[in-house]
Amino acid sequence: MDSLLNISSALFLLIGSFLCISGGVGILRFPDFYTRMHAAGVTDTLATAMILIGLMLQNPDGLVILKLMMILLMTLIISPTASHALASAAVHNNLMPELDKKEDNEKVTSSNP
Amino acid sequence: MKDLFAVIMLSGIYGLLSASFFVAMDAVDVAFTEASVGAGISTLLMLAAITMTGRSEHPVRHKPVLALAVVIVTGSLLIYGTLDMPYFGSAEAPVHQHVAPRYINDSMQEVGVPNIVTSVLASYRGFDTFGEVVVIFTAGMGVLALLSVVRHPKGVAGDIEEIDSLNKSMHEEHLILRIVAKMLIPFILLFALYVQFHGDYGPGGGFQAGVIFAAAIILYTMLFGMSTARRVINQSLIQLFAAIGVLVYGSVGVISLLEGKHFLDYSALSADPVAGQHLGILLIELGVGITVASVMVIIFFNFAGRKDDQQNKENNES
Amino acid sequence: MILGLYNYWIVVVLMMVGFYIVIAHGNLIKKIVGLTIFQTSVFIFYISMAKVDGGTAPILAEGIKQYSNPLPHVLILTAIVVGIATTALGLALTVRIKEAYGSIEEEEIQEKDNLDC
Repeated sequence: MDSLLNISSALFLLIGSFLCISGGVGILRFPDFYTRMHAAGVTDTLATAMILIGLMLQNPDGLVILKLMMILLMTLIISPTASHALASAAVHNNLMPELDKKEDNEKVTSSNP
Repeated sequence: MKDLFAVIMLSGIYGLLSASFFVAMDAVDVAFTEASVGAGISTLLMLAAITMTGRSEHPVRHKPVLALAVVIVTGSLLIYGTLDMPYFGSAEAPVHQHVAPRYINDSMQEVGVPNIVTSVLASYRGFDTFGEVVVIFTAGMGVLALLSVVRHPKGVAGDIEEIDSLNKSMHEEHLILRIVAKMLIPFILLFALYVQFHGDYGPGGGFQAGVIFAAAIILYTMLFGMSTARRVINQSLIQLFAAIGVLVYGSVGVISLLEGKHFLDYSALSADPVAGQHLGILLIELGVGITVASVMVIIFFNFAGRKDDQQNKENNES
Repeated sequence: MILGLYNYWIVVVLMMVGFYIVIAHGNLIKKIVGLTIFQTSVFIFYISMAKVDGGTAPILAEGIKQYSNPLPHVLILTAIVVGIATTALGLALTVRIKEAYGSIEEEEIQEKDNLDC
Protein backbone atom coordinates (compact mmCIF):
# COMPACT_ATOMS: atom_id res chain seq x y z
CA MET A 1 0.00 0.00 0.00
CA ASP A 2 2.77 2.37 0.92
CA SER A 3 4.78 1.71 -2.21
CA LEU A 4 1.62 2.05 -4.32
CA LEU A 5 1.03 5.50 -2.82
CA ASN A 6 4.65 6.43 -3.42
CA ILE A 7 4.63 5.30 -7.03
CA SER A 8 1.35 7.01 -7.89
CA SER A 9 2.38 10.25 -6.20
CA ALA A 10 5.69 10.16 -8.08
CA LEU A 11 3.76 9.61 -11.32
CA PHE A 12 1.49 12.60 -10.70
CA LEU A 13 4.41 14.83 -9.76
CA LEU A 14 6.32 13.82 -12.89
CA ILE A 15 3.32 14.47 -15.13
CA GLY A 16 2.82 17.82 -13.43
CA SER A 17 6.43 18.87 -13.92
CA PHE A 18 6.40 17.75 -17.56
CA LEU A 19 3.26 19.83 -18.18
CA CYS A 20 4.90 22.80 -16.47
CA ILE A 21 7.99 22.57 -18.65
CA SER A 22 6.01 22.08 -21.85
CA GLY A 23 3.80 25.04 -20.90
CA GLY A 24 6.91 27.15 -20.43
CA VAL A 25 8.33 26.08 -23.79
CA GLY A 26 4.94 26.77 -25.35
CA ILE A 27 4.84 30.32 -24.03
CA LEU A 28 8.16 31.00 -25.69
CA ARG A 29 7.58 29.23 -28.99
CA PHE A 30 3.92 29.61 -29.94
CA PRO A 31 3.35 32.17 -32.69
CA ASP A 32 0.24 33.94 -31.49
CA PHE A 33 -1.03 35.62 -28.31
CA TYR A 34 -4.01 33.32 -27.91
CA THR A 35 -2.05 30.08 -28.33
CA ARG A 36 0.53 31.38 -25.85
CA MET A 37 -2.26 32.02 -23.41
CA HIS A 38 -3.46 28.47 -23.86
CA ALA A 39 0.00 27.26 -22.88
CA ALA A 40 -0.01 29.52 -19.81
CA GLY A 41 -3.47 28.24 -18.89
CA VAL A 42 -2.30 24.63 -19.07
CA THR A 43 0.58 25.47 -16.73
CA ASP A 44 -1.69 27.29 -14.32
CA THR A 45 -4.48 24.76 -14.13
CA LEU A 46 -3.54 21.26 -15.15
CA ALA A 47 0.08 21.19 -14.04
CA THR A 48 -0.80 22.72 -10.67
CA ALA A 49 -3.63 20.21 -10.23
CA MET A 50 -1.33 17.28 -11.00
CA ILE A 51 1.34 18.50 -8.62
CA LEU A 52 -1.20 19.08 -5.86
CA ILE A 53 -2.69 15.59 -6.29
CA GLY A 54 0.82 14.14 -6.17
CA LEU A 55 1.48 16.02 -2.95
CA MET A 56 -1.82 14.82 -1.49
CA LEU A 57 -0.84 11.20 -2.09
CA GLN A 58 2.57 11.87 -0.59
CA ASN A 59 1.21 12.81 2.83
CA PRO A 60 -2.08 11.02 3.73
CA ASP A 61 -2.65 13.03 6.89
CA GLY A 62 -6.22 14.30 7.24
CA LEU A 63 -5.74 18.02 7.79
CA VAL A 64 -3.05 18.34 5.14
CA ILE A 65 -5.22 16.60 2.53
CA LEU A 66 -8.13 18.92 3.37
CA LYS A 67 -5.98 22.02 2.95
CA LEU A 68 -4.49 20.79 -0.32
CA MET A 69 -7.95 19.93 -1.62
CA MET A 70 -9.13 23.46 -0.88
CA ILE A 71 -6.14 24.91 -2.72
CA LEU A 72 -6.92 22.59 -5.64
CA LEU A 73 -10.55 23.72 -5.74
CA MET A 74 -9.55 27.38 -5.63
CA THR A 75 -7.01 26.88 -8.42
CA LEU A 76 -9.53 25.07 -10.63
CA ILE A 77 -11.97 27.97 -10.24
CA ILE A 78 -9.56 30.89 -10.38
CA SER A 79 -7.05 30.18 -13.12
CA PRO A 80 -9.50 29.50 -15.99
CA THR A 81 -11.17 32.76 -14.95
CA ALA A 82 -7.84 34.53 -15.21
CA SER A 83 -7.25 33.12 -18.70
CA HIS A 84 -10.73 34.24 -19.69
CA ALA A 85 -10.07 37.73 -18.33
CA LEU A 86 -6.85 38.00 -20.38
CA ALA A 87 -8.54 36.75 -23.54
CA SER A 88 -11.52 39.08 -23.24
CA ALA A 89 -9.24 42.04 -22.55
CA ALA A 90 -7.30 41.19 -25.70
CA VAL A 91 -10.46 40.92 -27.81
CA HIS A 92 -11.69 44.18 -26.33
CA ASN A 93 -8.51 45.86 -27.53
CA ASN A 94 -8.84 44.47 -31.06
CA LEU A 95 -6.07 41.90 -30.93
CA MET A 96 -7.42 39.26 -33.31
CA PRO A 97 -6.18 35.66 -33.60
CA GLU A 98 -3.91 34.94 -36.50
CA LEU A 99 -6.23 32.50 -38.26
CA ASP A 100 -8.60 35.39 -38.99
CA LYS A 101 -6.03 36.95 -41.30
CA LYS A 102 -6.68 34.43 -44.07
CA GLU A 103 -10.31 35.58 -44.44
CA ASP A 104 -10.31 39.35 -43.88
CA ASN A 105 -7.01 40.70 -45.02
CA GLU A 106 -7.98 44.37 -44.84
CA LYS A 107 -9.81 44.76 -41.58
CA VAL A 108 -7.92 42.98 -38.84
CA THR A 109 -4.68 44.21 -37.33
CA SER A 110 -1.70 41.89 -37.04
CA SER A 111 -1.46 39.85 -33.87
CA ASN A 112 2.32 39.56 -33.60
CA PRO A 113 3.41 42.21 -31.11
CA MET B 1 12.99 48.73 -21.60
CA LYS B 2 10.67 51.45 -22.62
CA ASP B 3 7.32 50.00 -21.66
CA LEU B 4 6.59 50.63 -17.99
CA PHE B 5 3.82 48.03 -17.96
CA ALA B 6 6.37 45.28 -18.69
CA VAL B 7 8.74 46.71 -16.07
CA ILE B 8 6.05 46.58 -13.39
CA MET B 9 5.03 43.03 -14.32
CA LEU B 10 8.65 41.94 -14.08
CA SER B 11 8.98 43.54 -10.67
CA GLY B 12 5.90 41.59 -9.58
CA ILE B 13 7.56 38.37 -10.76
CA TYR B 14 10.70 39.40 -8.87
CA GLY B 15 8.65 39.80 -5.69
CA LEU B 16 7.11 36.35 -6.15
CA LEU B 17 10.53 34.77 -6.77
CA SER B 18 11.92 36.34 -3.63
CA ALA B 19 8.89 35.03 -1.70
CA SER B 20 9.69 31.48 -2.87
CA PHE B 21 13.31 32.10 -1.88
CA PHE B 22 12.14 33.04 1.60
CA VAL B 23 10.28 29.74 1.84
CA ALA B 24 13.49 27.92 0.96
CA MET B 25 15.20 29.83 3.76
CA ASP B 26 12.58 28.62 6.32
CA ALA B 27 11.09 32.10 6.70
CA VAL B 28 7.46 31.19 6.17
CA ASP B 29 5.85 34.27 7.77
CA VAL B 30 8.08 36.57 5.77
CA ALA B 31 7.37 34.65 2.56
CA PHE B 32 3.63 34.97 3.16
CA THR B 33 3.89 38.71 3.70
CA GLU B 34 6.22 39.30 0.76
CA ALA B 35 4.02 37.26 -1.57
CA SER B 36 0.84 39.09 -0.63
CA VAL B 37 2.34 42.57 -0.32
CA GLY B 38 5.21 42.60 -2.79
CA ALA B 39 3.67 40.56 -5.56
CA GLY B 40 0.09 41.62 -5.01
CA ILE B 41 -0.55 45.06 -3.61
CA SER B 42 2.65 46.70 -4.80
CA THR B 43 2.14 45.64 -8.42
CA LEU B 44 -1.48 46.75 -8.23
CA LEU B 45 -0.64 50.22 -6.91
CA MET B 46 2.08 50.72 -9.52
CA LEU B 47 -0.33 49.77 -12.30
CA ALA B 48 -2.88 52.20 -10.86
CA ALA B 49 -0.19 54.89 -10.90
CA ILE B 50 0.85 54.38 -14.50
CA THR B 51 -2.73 54.64 -15.72
CA MET B 52 -2.39 58.26 -14.65
CA THR B 53 1.23 59.01 -15.47
CA GLY B 54 1.73 57.43 -18.84
CA ARG B 55 2.81 54.04 -20.01
CA SER B 56 6.17 54.48 -21.63
CA GLU B 57 9.41 56.13 -20.80
CA HIS B 58 11.05 58.89 -22.78
CA PRO B 59 14.39 57.79 -24.23
CA VAL B 60 17.51 58.70 -22.29
CA ARG B 61 19.68 61.13 -24.16
CA HIS B 62 23.08 60.61 -22.56
CA LYS B 63 24.98 57.51 -21.53
CA PRO B 64 25.08 57.10 -17.73
CA VAL B 65 28.77 56.32 -17.46
CA LEU B 66 29.28 58.08 -14.14
CA ALA B 67 26.41 56.11 -12.59
CA LEU B 68 27.93 52.85 -13.79
CA ALA B 69 31.32 53.78 -12.34
CA VAL B 70 29.79 54.68 -8.95
CA VAL B 71 27.86 51.43 -8.89
CA ILE B 72 30.91 49.32 -9.69
CA VAL B 73 33.03 51.02 -7.03
CA THR B 74 30.30 50.65 -4.39
CA GLY B 75 29.73 47.03 -5.33
CA SER B 76 33.37 46.08 -5.03
CA LEU B 77 33.65 47.85 -1.68
CA LEU B 78 30.62 45.92 -0.42
CA ILE B 79 32.01 42.61 -1.63
CA TYR B 80 35.28 43.41 0.11
CA GLY B 81 33.24 44.09 3.25
CA THR B 82 31.53 40.71 3.14
CA LEU B 83 34.77 38.73 3.14
CA ASP B 84 34.77 38.76 6.92
CA MET B 85 31.23 37.58 7.44
CA PRO B 86 30.22 34.14 8.72
CA TYR B 87 29.50 31.44 6.18
CA PHE B 88 26.04 30.80 4.89
CA GLY B 89 24.06 28.64 7.34
CA SER B 90 26.72 28.26 9.98
CA ALA B 91 25.33 27.74 13.46
CA GLU B 92 28.11 29.59 15.26
CA ALA B 93 27.44 32.92 13.61
CA PRO B 94 27.18 35.78 16.11
CA VAL B 95 23.59 36.48 15.08
CA HIS B 96 22.51 33.14 16.56
CA GLN B 97 24.26 33.54 19.87
CA HIS B 98 22.87 36.09 22.22
CA VAL B 99 19.18 36.93 22.12
CA ALA B 100 17.83 34.34 19.70
CA PRO B 101 18.45 31.20 21.83
CA ARG B 102 16.61 32.88 24.69
CA TYR B 103 13.63 33.56 22.42
CA ILE B 104 13.63 30.02 21.08
CA ASN B 105 14.02 28.34 24.45
CA ASP B 106 11.85 30.49 26.69
CA SER B 107 9.07 31.47 24.32
CA MET B 108 6.86 28.52 25.23
CA GLN B 109 6.98 29.15 28.98
CA GLU B 110 6.75 32.89 28.92
CA VAL B 111 4.31 33.46 26.09
CA GLY B 112 2.84 30.05 25.35
CA VAL B 113 2.45 30.48 21.59
CA PRO B 114 3.97 27.93 19.16
CA ASN B 115 4.82 30.40 16.42
CA ILE B 116 8.02 32.01 17.71
CA VAL B 117 7.91 34.78 15.11
CA THR B 118 4.48 35.88 16.35
CA SER B 119 5.57 35.78 19.97
CA VAL B 120 8.66 37.87 19.22
CA LEU B 121 6.72 40.28 17.00
CA ALA B 122 3.80 40.80 19.33
CA SER B 123 5.20 40.32 22.77
CA TYR B 124 8.98 40.60 23.04
CA ARG B 125 9.23 43.35 20.39
CA GLY B 126 5.78 44.85 20.75
CA PHE B 127 7.07 48.43 20.60
CA ASP B 128 8.47 47.94 17.10
CA THR B 129 5.14 46.60 15.90
CA PHE B 130 3.37 49.59 17.44
CA GLY B 131 5.69 51.90 15.50
CA GLU B 132 5.01 49.93 12.35
CA VAL B 133 1.24 50.26 12.71
CA VAL B 134 1.61 54.00 13.15
CA VAL B 135 3.81 54.14 10.03
CA ILE B 136 1.16 52.38 7.96
CA PHE B 137 -1.48 54.72 9.34
CA THR B 138 0.67 57.73 8.47
CA ALA B 139 1.22 56.45 4.94
CA GLY B 140 -2.53 56.09 4.53
CA MET B 141 -3.07 59.63 5.77
CA GLY B 142 -0.34 60.86 3.45
CA VAL B 143 -1.97 59.29 0.40
CA LEU B 144 -5.29 60.68 1.55
CA ALA B 145 -3.79 64.17 1.81
CA LEU B 146 -2.14 63.93 -1.61
CA LEU B 147 -4.76 62.25 -3.72
CA SER B 148 -8.18 62.65 -2.23
CA VAL B 149 -10.87 64.20 -4.35
CA VAL B 150 -13.78 66.26 -3.10
CA ARG B 151 -16.97 64.45 -4.04
CA HIS B 152 -19.72 66.70 -5.38
CA PRO B 153 -22.96 65.17 -4.17
CA LYS B 154 -25.38 65.17 -7.05
CA GLY B 155 -28.41 64.13 -5.06
CA VAL B 156 -29.42 60.62 -4.20
CA ALA B 157 -31.72 59.96 -7.16
CA GLY B 158 -29.21 61.06 -9.80
CA ASP B 159 -26.46 58.98 -8.26
CA ILE B 160 -28.43 55.77 -8.17
CA GLU B 161 -29.64 56.14 -11.76
CA GLU B 162 -26.13 56.70 -13.00
CA ILE B 163 -24.84 53.71 -11.07
CA ASP B 164 -27.56 51.42 -12.38
CA SER B 165 -26.99 52.41 -15.99
CA LEU B 166 -23.26 51.92 -15.58
CA ASN B 167 -23.84 48.53 -14.02
CA LYS B 168 -26.08 47.34 -16.83
CA SER B 169 -23.65 48.41 -19.53
CA MET B 170 -20.75 46.68 -17.85
CA HIS B 171 -22.68 43.57 -16.89
CA GLU B 172 -22.51 41.81 -20.25
CA GLU B 173 -18.84 42.47 -20.73
CA HIS B 174 -17.64 41.12 -17.44
CA LEU B 175 -20.28 38.50 -16.78
CA ILE B 176 -18.05 35.53 -16.06
CA LEU B 177 -15.66 37.55 -13.95
CA ARG B 178 -18.48 39.01 -11.89
CA ILE B 179 -20.07 35.65 -11.19
CA VAL B 180 -16.80 33.99 -10.23
CA ALA B 181 -15.88 36.96 -8.05
CA LYS B 182 -19.23 36.84 -6.27
CA MET B 183 -18.56 33.19 -5.48
CA LEU B 184 -15.00 33.74 -4.37
CA ILE B 185 -15.08 36.94 -2.32
CA PRO B 186 -16.73 35.36 0.77
CA PHE B 187 -14.06 32.66 0.78
CA ILE B 188 -11.28 35.18 0.48
CA LEU B 189 -12.69 37.12 3.43
CA LEU B 190 -13.03 33.88 5.40
CA PHE B 191 -9.43 33.01 4.60
CA ALA B 192 -8.34 36.44 5.82
CA LEU B 193 -10.08 35.81 9.14
CA TYR B 194 -8.47 32.37 9.35
CA VAL B 195 -5.01 33.81 8.77
CA GLN B 196 -5.65 36.54 11.34
CA PHE B 197 -6.57 34.25 14.18
CA HIS B 198 -4.22 31.37 13.37
CA GLY B 199 -1.15 33.55 13.42
CA ASP B 200 -0.33 31.99 16.76
CA TYR B 201 -0.08 28.45 15.48
CA GLY B 202 1.20 28.73 11.97
CA PRO B 203 2.38 31.40 9.57
CA GLY B 204 0.05 34.34 9.53
CA GLY B 205 -0.92 37.20 11.75
CA GLY B 206 -2.28 40.69 11.45
CA PHE B 207 -0.40 42.03 8.42
CA GLN B 208 -1.06 39.19 6.04
CA ALA B 209 -4.71 39.01 7.09
CA GLY B 210 -5.18 42.74 6.59
CA VAL B 211 -3.68 42.61 3.12
CA ILE B 212 -5.83 39.63 2.06
CA PHE B 213 -8.96 41.35 3.37
CA ALA B 214 -8.09 44.49 1.42
CA ALA B 215 -7.42 42.37 -1.68
CA ALA B 216 -10.97 40.98 -1.53
CA ILE B 217 -12.44 44.48 -1.35
CA ILE B 218 -10.19 45.70 -4.17
CA LEU B 219 -11.34 42.75 -6.34
CA TYR B 220 -14.94 43.76 -5.75
CA THR B 221 -14.16 47.38 -6.59
CA MET B 222 -12.34 46.50 -9.80
CA LEU B 223 -15.17 44.37 -11.12
CA PHE B 224 -18.21 46.34 -10.03
CA GLY B 225 -17.03 49.92 -10.46
CA MET B 226 -16.00 52.65 -8.07
CA SER B 227 -19.47 54.08 -7.57
CA THR B 228 -20.98 50.77 -6.47
CA ALA B 229 -18.02 50.15 -4.20
CA ARG B 230 -18.44 53.56 -2.61
CA ARG B 231 -22.03 52.72 -1.78
CA VAL B 232 -21.00 49.43 -0.22
CA ILE B 233 -17.97 50.71 1.67
CA ASN B 234 -18.42 54.12 3.20
CA GLN B 235 -15.23 56.20 2.87
CA SER B 236 -15.43 57.88 6.26
CA LEU B 237 -16.16 54.56 7.97
CA ILE B 238 -12.98 53.06 6.55
CA GLN B 239 -10.98 56.06 7.70
CA LEU B 240 -12.49 55.63 11.14
CA PHE B 241 -11.49 51.97 11.15
CA ALA B 242 -7.90 52.80 10.32
CA ALA B 243 -7.74 55.02 13.37
CA ILE B 244 -9.55 52.44 15.53
CA GLY B 245 -6.89 49.81 14.83
CA VAL B 246 -4.11 52.06 16.10
CA LEU B 247 -6.30 53.04 19.04
CA VAL B 248 -6.87 49.38 20.03
CA TYR B 249 -3.13 48.75 19.96
CA GLY B 250 -2.37 51.82 22.06
CA SER B 251 -5.13 51.17 24.56
CA VAL B 252 -3.82 47.66 25.27
CA GLY B 253 -0.58 49.34 26.27
CA VAL B 254 -2.33 52.00 28.33
CA ILE B 255 -4.40 49.36 30.16
CA SER B 256 -1.17 47.65 31.18
CA LEU B 257 0.08 51.00 32.45
CA LEU B 258 -3.10 51.54 34.44
CA GLU B 259 -2.70 48.11 36.06
CA GLY B 260 0.64 49.17 37.41
CA LYS B 261 3.04 47.42 35.01
CA HIS B 262 5.07 48.59 32.01
CA PHE B 263 3.55 49.83 28.74
CA LEU B 264 2.52 46.87 26.59
CA ASP B 265 3.28 44.32 29.31
CA TYR B 266 0.57 41.78 28.62
CA SER B 267 0.86 39.88 31.86
CA ALA B 268 -1.11 42.69 33.47
CA LEU B 269 -4.22 41.83 31.45
CA SER B 270 -5.29 38.73 33.34
CA ALA B 271 -4.61 36.82 36.55
CA ASP B 272 -2.49 34.15 34.83
CA PRO B 273 0.45 35.80 32.98
CA VAL B 274 0.43 33.35 30.08
CA ALA B 275 -3.31 33.86 29.54
CA GLY B 276 -2.63 37.60 29.66
CA GLN B 277 -0.03 37.17 26.93
CA HIS B 278 -2.52 35.28 24.77
CA LEU B 279 -5.16 37.95 25.25
CA GLY B 280 -2.71 40.75 24.56
CA ILE B 281 -1.41 39.13 21.37
CA LEU B 282 -4.96 38.53 20.15
CA LEU B 283 -5.96 42.14 20.72
CA ILE B 284 -2.95 43.73 19.11
CA GLU B 285 -3.03 41.44 16.08
CA LEU B 286 -6.66 42.46 15.68
CA GLY B 287 -5.64 46.12 15.82
CA VAL B 288 -2.90 45.56 13.27
CA GLY B 289 -5.23 43.65 10.94
CA ILE B 290 -7.93 46.33 11.06
CA THR B 291 -5.48 49.15 10.39
CA VAL B 292 -3.66 47.41 7.55
CA ALA B 293 -6.89 46.42 5.80
CA SER B 294 -8.40 49.90 6.07
CA VAL B 295 -5.25 51.69 4.96
CA MET B 296 -4.81 49.47 1.90
CA VAL B 297 -8.44 50.07 0.94
CA ILE B 298 -8.03 53.84 1.48
CA ILE B 299 -4.92 53.94 -0.70
CA PHE B 300 -6.55 51.99 -3.52
CA PHE B 301 -9.76 54.01 -3.41
CA ASN B 302 -7.79 57.23 -3.61
CA PHE B 303 -5.71 56.08 -6.58
CA ALA B 304 -8.78 54.84 -8.43
CA GLY B 305 -10.89 57.82 -7.42
CA ARG B 306 -8.26 60.22 -8.74
CA LYS B 307 -8.28 58.45 -12.07
CA ASP B 308 -12.07 58.58 -12.22
CA ASP B 309 -11.94 62.27 -11.42
CA GLN B 310 -9.40 62.93 -14.17
CA GLN B 311 -11.55 61.07 -16.68
CA ASN B 312 -14.66 62.97 -15.62
CA LYS B 313 -12.83 66.28 -16.06
CA GLU B 314 -11.71 65.26 -19.55
CA ASN B 315 -15.22 64.18 -20.49
CA ASN B 316 -16.68 67.45 -19.22
CA GLU B 317 -14.17 69.58 -21.09
CA SER B 318 -14.36 67.77 -24.43
CA MET C 1 36.08 30.22 1.52
CA ILE C 2 34.71 31.73 -1.65
CA LEU C 3 31.92 29.19 -1.99
CA GLY C 4 30.73 29.72 1.55
CA LEU C 5 29.93 33.38 0.99
CA TYR C 6 28.01 33.24 -2.27
CA ASN C 7 24.73 34.35 -0.74
CA TYR C 8 26.21 37.73 0.26
CA TRP C 9 27.57 38.28 -3.22
CA ILE C 10 24.23 37.58 -4.85
CA VAL C 11 22.70 40.14 -2.50
CA VAL C 12 25.39 42.70 -3.37
CA VAL C 13 24.75 42.18 -7.09
CA LEU C 14 21.00 42.70 -6.64
CA MET C 15 21.62 45.74 -4.48
CA MET C 16 23.86 47.27 -7.11
CA VAL C 17 21.27 46.58 -9.81
CA GLY C 18 18.65 48.42 -7.76
CA PHE C 19 21.07 51.25 -7.00
CA TYR C 20 21.98 51.65 -10.67
CA ILE C 21 18.32 51.85 -11.64
CA VAL C 22 17.68 54.59 -9.10
CA ILE C 23 20.57 56.81 -10.12
CA ALA C 24 20.80 56.20 -13.85
CA HIS C 25 17.21 56.42 -15.08
CA GLY C 26 15.27 59.63 -15.29
CA ASN C 27 11.74 58.24 -15.15
CA LEU C 28 10.26 58.45 -11.64
CA ILE C 29 8.31 55.20 -11.87
CA LYS C 30 11.46 53.33 -12.82
CA LYS C 31 13.22 54.86 -9.86
CA ILE C 32 10.51 53.55 -7.57
CA VAL C 33 10.79 50.07 -9.11
CA GLY C 34 14.56 50.22 -8.57
CA LEU C 35 13.99 51.18 -4.96
CA THR C 36 11.72 48.15 -4.55
CA ILE C 37 14.43 45.88 -5.98
CA PHE C 38 16.96 47.41 -3.57
CA GLN C 39 14.65 46.86 -0.60
CA THR C 40 13.97 43.24 -1.52
CA SER C 41 17.69 42.54 -1.85
CA VAL C 42 18.23 43.83 1.70
CA PHE C 43 15.46 41.50 2.89
CA ILE C 44 17.19 38.57 1.18
CA PHE C 45 20.40 39.56 2.96
CA TYR C 46 18.84 39.40 6.40
CA ILE C 47 16.86 36.24 5.77
CA SER C 48 19.88 34.40 4.38
CA MET C 49 21.78 35.37 7.51
CA ALA C 50 19.03 33.85 9.65
CA LYS C 51 19.18 30.43 8.07
CA VAL C 52 20.85 27.67 10.04
CA ASP C 53 21.99 24.51 8.27
CA GLY C 54 19.55 21.73 9.11
CA GLY C 55 17.09 24.06 10.82
CA THR C 56 13.41 24.39 10.11
CA ALA C 57 10.86 27.18 10.27
CA PRO C 58 10.69 28.72 13.73
CA ILE C 59 7.34 27.22 14.71
CA LEU C 60 7.59 25.02 17.78
CA ALA C 61 6.70 21.42 17.02
CA GLU C 62 7.43 17.97 18.43
CA GLY C 63 10.71 16.34 17.64
CA ILE C 64 12.54 19.24 16.02
CA LYS C 65 15.88 20.15 17.54
CA GLN C 66 17.23 22.98 15.44
CA TYR C 67 15.26 26.08 14.51
CA SER C 68 16.22 28.90 12.21
CA ASN C 69 16.71 32.23 13.90
CA PRO C 70 13.35 34.05 14.30
CA LEU C 71 14.73 37.49 15.10
CA PRO C 72 15.62 38.65 11.55
CA HIS C 73 12.25 37.33 10.39
CA VAL C 74 10.48 39.74 12.71
CA LEU C 75 12.61 42.67 11.57
CA ILE C 76 12.01 41.90 7.91
CA LEU C 77 8.26 41.50 8.46
CA THR C 78 8.19 45.07 9.74
CA ALA C 79 10.49 46.21 6.95
CA ILE C 80 8.31 44.75 4.19
CA VAL C 81 5.24 46.55 5.43
CA VAL C 82 7.09 49.84 5.88
CA GLY C 83 8.50 49.38 2.38
CA ILE C 84 5.11 49.16 0.84
CA ALA C 85 3.95 52.19 2.81
CA THR C 86 6.78 54.26 1.35
CA THR C 87 6.16 52.85 -2.14
CA ALA C 88 2.50 53.88 -1.93
CA LEU C 89 3.44 57.39 -0.82
CA GLY C 90 6.07 57.64 -3.56
CA LEU C 91 3.53 56.64 -6.20
CA ALA C 92 1.03 59.18 -4.88
CA LEU C 93 3.70 61.88 -5.08
CA THR C 94 4.52 60.81 -8.64
CA VAL C 95 0.88 61.16 -9.66
CA ARG C 96 0.75 64.67 -8.19
CA ILE C 97 4.05 65.62 -9.86
CA LYS C 98 2.62 64.52 -13.18
CA GLU C 99 -0.42 66.68 -12.65
CA ALA C 100 1.63 69.70 -11.61
CA TYR C 101 4.51 69.51 -14.14
CA GLY C 102 2.99 67.49 -16.95
CA SER C 103 5.77 64.92 -17.07
CA ILE C 104 7.59 62.44 -14.87
CA GLU C 105 11.01 62.59 -16.47
CA GLU C 106 13.57 64.07 -14.14
CA GLU C 107 15.24 66.28 -16.77
CA GLU C 108 11.99 67.82 -17.96
CA ILE C 109 10.93 68.56 -14.39
CA GLN C 110 14.24 70.26 -13.67
CA GLU C 111 13.96 72.35 -16.84
CA LYS C 112 10.52 73.54 -15.81
CA ASP C 113 11.82 74.41 -12.37
CA ASN C 114 14.74 76.36 -13.84
CA LEU C 115 12.42 78.26 -16.13
CA ASP C 116 10.21 79.28 -13.24
CA CYS C 117 12.96 80.56 -10.94
